Amino acid sequence: MDLRWSDAEVVFRDDARDWLHAELATWRADHGGAEAIPSGDTRSGFAIHLDWERRLFENRWAVVSWPKAYGGREASLWEWLLFEQEYYAAGCPPRVTQNGIFLLAPSLFAFANDTQRDHILPRMAAGTDTWCQGWSEPNAGSDLASLTTRATRTDGGWVLNGQKTWTTRGAFSTHLFGLFRSDPDAERHRGLTYLLVPLDTPGVTVRGFGRLDGDEGFAEVFFEDAFLADDALPGGVTLGEPGEGWKVAMSTTSSERGLTLRSPGRFLATAERLIAAWQALPDGVRAERAALGERITEAWMRAEAYQLQTLQTVTTTVEGGSVGAESSLVKLWWSELDIELHECAMDLLGTGALFEGAWTKGLQFSLSGPIYAGTNEVQRNVVAERVLGLPRAGR
Amino acid sequence: MRFAFTDDQLALRDAVRDLLAAECPPEVVRASWPAPDADGQGPGAGARAETERLDTVWSHLADMGVLGLLVPEADGGMGFDEVAAAVVLAETGYTAVPLPVVEAMCVVAPATGDTAPARGHVGWGGEALAGEPVDGALTRFGSSVEADDRAFERAALGTAAQLVGLGRRMVDLTVDYVAERQQFGVPVGSFQAVKHHLADARLALEFAAPAVWRAAWSLSQGSDTAERDVSMAKAMAADAAHLVGRKALQCHGGIGYTVEYDLHLFLKRTWALERLWGDAAWHRRRVAAAIGVENVHGPAREDRGVLA
Repeated sequence: MDLRWSDAEVVFRDDARDWLHAELATWRADHGGAEAIPSGDTRSGFAIHLDWERRLFENRWAVVSWPKAYGGREASLWEWLLFEQEYYAAGCPPRVTQNGIFLLAPSLFAFANDTQRDHILPRMAAGTDTWCQGWSEPNAGSDLASLTTRATRTDGGWVLNGQKTWTTRGAFSTHLFGLFRSDPDAERHRGLTYLLVPLDTPGVTVRGFGRLDGDEGFAEVFFEDAFLADDALPGGVTLGEPGEGWKVAMSTTSSERGLTLRSPGRFLATAERLIAAWQALPDGVRAERAALGERITEAWMRAEAYQLQTLQTVTTTVEGGSVGAESSLVKLWWSELDIELHECAMDLLGTGALFEGAWTKGLQFSLSGPIYAGTNEVQRNVVAERVLGLPRAGR
Repeated sequence: MRFAFTDDQLALRDAVRDLLAAECPPEVVRASWPAPDADGQGPGAGARAETERLDTVWSHLADMGVLGLLVPEADGGMGFDEVAAAVVLAETGYTAVPLPVVEAMCVVAPATGDTAPARGHVGWGGEALAGEPVDGALTRFGSSVEADDRAFERAALGTAAQLVGLGRRMVDLTVDYVAERQQFGVPVGSFQAVKHHLADARLALEFAAPAVWRAAWSLSQGSDTAERDVSMAKAMAADAAHLVGRKALQCHGGIGYTVEYDLHLFLKRTWALERLWGDAAWHRRRVAAAIGVENVHGPAREDRGVLA
């Protein structure tokens, strides 16, 4: 046990902190101030947030853990964790490129050919191409393996038919990565192919629609005899072998549930903001609301515990171990913690919450946490069956 | 940065684990409960002529050096730090050792230099030193503030570690039981409602345990945040073990609500340890004060739950 950062890690952290604070202020000023910048999940806000992503990329802060050739710094997992912590502590915005850099990229590193990597990764990191996830369908949510959108093999490419939905930022993205049924006779997780689809392919239609919070953050994507040429992207449009799509996709799910998508720094930063809001209450109000103070303390401890559990996981990873179904525990923890942090803030604001923007928006977003990336009911089944070893059975 | 135990710590843990698996099975834990009365009734269905084995557990732990684990090598102890102590104490929790091991290891041995204090000289909680005065100096916890503060932190940490061990044991017991027990023609553990109870139990432990290991590290380093970290550990471990106990009892159904089945031994140990060396509410208030969530007043020393 040695819970100290090395000198080099401290230098890295301080560099990140200094740059993020300075650049965040510049970016906000360039777009009319923090209050004037719309959510990244709106059409106008998306473009402004891509400008933020471009600044990160040009200074090699967009994808710190990636190889230098693709715009990264070859940062260790520890440094990545520190970067995330500084990123959210500084108050930087949610990453509009996250579905690409956190969910598709791990699969690219594991399964793509060199040509695909060389073409896709730098453009993704720079925000030149923006990727959305095409997994869920109207009749395939938690039961993803029941998906029916087809990819039919034809001369020089695939013909796509069907519909994807709940596609986050699909209305603003340029590309989609998704699972398609390429063998109509195969069932469930067999006969699926992982495809990379430019959204300007003829026959592909994207329709954005409002989420609970009102932002056009969702889209449904229709494929009507859309011809996806093999050479629509350098290196091809198939990731991994045809028919092997499930395996490729599952390499992404543990990233999605685990620490990559929602690192502890995010929740630590929210907890600190919550404590600051508590401290700003008049003395008398704090005295009256001691029970809320206890909840806030509890929420801070849960955020801190997530950080500690992550340090343990990263140690396992850097020492060559692997993390499997335990990532479902992580997803349960952060998604339920996020709601509690924001509900504490709502209770702290009282009727003021009706007129407040940031916490309310954060609460509405946090409510999607137990639903996306595999509902928490599914995660609890995974924990019970694959971590605890309980018998698999009907639902 | 390395959040993991050393090989030495793991070897020590395994040795203690093997010893306790052999010497402190549930029938020995029962020996700490009163014997049945003439009608065969008793609160814990205990004392089935196993009391000698209970003494044997104590002497084995003393012989192995576990009770003097925190005493420096120069003074005849093992010279391990709080991280090793926490790892070992989690094992004594897993087996619900019905002996004041925390008090001996964290309070008595470091204060007196006696690496193998007699069983009768060590009590629970604030009675840690209530037996025969050792060196005529310390008689009970609370008499020497400076020495006792360190002892209090260590004992709260050690109790938190035991609670993590207890929680793990109750999850294991329950997982085994629901995989075996059949109703409606299938194991009850195949029902989603049961699975979700146990997933929640496992979840609480997954995140409480690292808080305990971190607190141990902070104490061993004399870190500025040591008190805060110990309090976070005790509060989280107590709440996690309490939740696990509730889930375990529910998932066992009727059999868990008897003194004949073993679950109650772990459940009742959990309920006791939740409150010893500061309960979750006391420790949460101390965390609150440390992180700037100021309430009317912080926790009072005299309320820290040491049965003083």
